[in-house]
Amino acid sequence: MSELNPKSEIRNPEYRVVPIGPYHPLQEEPEFFKLIVEGEKVVDLEINLGYNHRGHEYIAQTMTFDQVPFLVERICGICSDSHPYAYCLAVEDVCGIKPPPRAQYIRTIIGELERIHSHYLWLGLAGHFIGYNTVWMWVWRYREPLLDLFELIMGNRNHYAINKIGGARRDILPEDYPKIEEYLNLIEEKTAMFTKAILDDPVIRARLEGVGILKKEDAIAYGVLGPTARGSGVAIDVRKDDPYDAYDQVDWNIVVFEEGDVLAKAKVRLLECFESIKIVRQCLRNMPEGPIETRIEEIPPGEGIGRHEAPRGEVFHYVRSDGSNMPVRHKIRAPSYMNIASNVAAVKGYSIADAALVLAAVDPCYCCTERTIVYENGKKKYDGRDLLKFSWEKTEKIRRRYNK
Amino acid sequence: MKKEYSEEILNEIKKRFPEVEIKIHSPRRTYIKINRERVYEFAKYLFNELNMRLSIATGIDTRDGIEILYHFSHDASGTYYNIKTLVPKDDPKIKSLADFLPAANWIEREIHELLGVDFVGHPNLIPLLTSDDWPERTYPLRRDYE
Repeated sequence: MSELNPKSEIRNPEYRVVPIGPYHPLQEEPEFFKLIVEGEKVVDLEINLGYNHRGHEYIAQTMTFDQVPFLVERICGICSDSHPYAYCLAVEDVCGIKPPPRAQYIRTIIGELERIHSHYLWLGLAGHFIGYNTVWMWVWRYREPLLDLFELIMGNRNHYAINKIGGARRDILPEDYPKIEEYLNLIEEKTAMFTKAILDDPVIRARLEGVGILKKEDAIAYGVLGPTARGSGVAIDVRKDDPYDAYDQVDWNIVVFEEGDVLAKAKVRLLECFESIKIVRQCLRNMPEGPIETRIEEIPPGEGIGRHEAPRGEVFHYVRSDGSNMPVRHKIRAPSYMNIASNVAAVKGYSIADAALVLAAVDPCYCCTERTIVYENGKKKYDGRDLLKFSWEKTEKIRRRYNK
Repeated sequence: MKKEYSEEILNEIKKRFPEVEIKIHSPRRTYIKINRERVYEFAKYLFNELNMRLSIATGIDTRDGIEILYHFSHDASGTYYNIKTLVPKDDPKIKSLADFLPAANWIEREIHELLGVDFVGHPNLIPLLTSDDWPERTYPLRRDYE
């Protein structure tokens, strides 16, 4: 049912329903978006969740404190560093301790490298959805070496298990620094190239500019986070507001744009990659020597909050302990929980051709668009391929106009 | 500098709502206990006048009743203000915040289905996460759930 207006049943016979989702074999987080359209225009959106509810909060309460990072790491495959990061910060808040400086720097480096790979993933998908498959292949071409780098540092391309309560599980070896530096140089050059290519292309601009605008007041009311908020002029970033680990010891800037459209969100993500590169470079240069963990004997009774700025926004973990070796309550809030709800405000009034892109603009762990089927009088009218085709045709139309 | 700012806010809060019980866990984490009848008014005050953002709410089944924590974030000072309130199990009702705060809409639905708290005045209190065939009045995060 619609978030703000529960009575928005399809009273108008002219309205049609375009379901997007819920299942897609390639992406996690199946969600069901029910677009209510009048002709080409989207008039309302209903969102259904819960197709993949795995009961993590409940499972976490049956595990010991040390086991939970491995569990919460599996919440999301793309930003698999964010959840254990926030969880460890929460438990450290319960204990009132801080990890040693070297561990803080290691965690910061991995957090930022992860941001780069996640933003690249989004950029590639956004390119695919507007019919620029070159952008998609091209961007992912340079995301690949980063995953190799993760494997080199931590032994896994994903689910790196670097976070541990009170420190880091693995050290970054000094002989790996040059390889990280080398990658940063490559990625800096390529990000500059993408930024220029994407912002200078009149067709891409026309597809992204002024589409899916999330107004600042809506962004505040829905409590959106991360690039979605920063693209709508809400300058929030946990790394600046409530700095943890090494973030207050390095020099970097928050990227904020006022427009609120898809282009603004794309610009935020592109420019943030440069800031991440800056942070990782400084961390490598100033990396302190010393141990990588603080030993914790016991988790005292109490409660703690951990927050980490994941690629999509603030990840929030609340942990309550009663002095035993398991959490009594573990609340997890991922940024997409807030961001996806704001789609209701962002998608209304735009065309079906733009809908896939607008829904993707918040960077949900992407879902379901290819499984869309439109039924009319019991007959299949459009499916996911058609929706993609609409989107691509629109780009093509704009392209022809420009090339005249 | 940021720390002093949050002290100012606490003084404001104490002036407006003298009955609250404030516990400062660390400079950026504050827990505020308040009666459930006053939560709505208090949340409205935090959101509209102190420009806080509702991050999320947590429901916990405790011995004394169901505890609800509304986690409000004051981003200008980087501080979390957590409103704590207790809802008795024999009358699990509390006023919904969803009418002025869309951010509360989903989480209230979630707490309703997982812990069985009724949010009075919620526009659409249907299950958010559990599957369609989940039995009614079965609350998986309650202690007595098997």
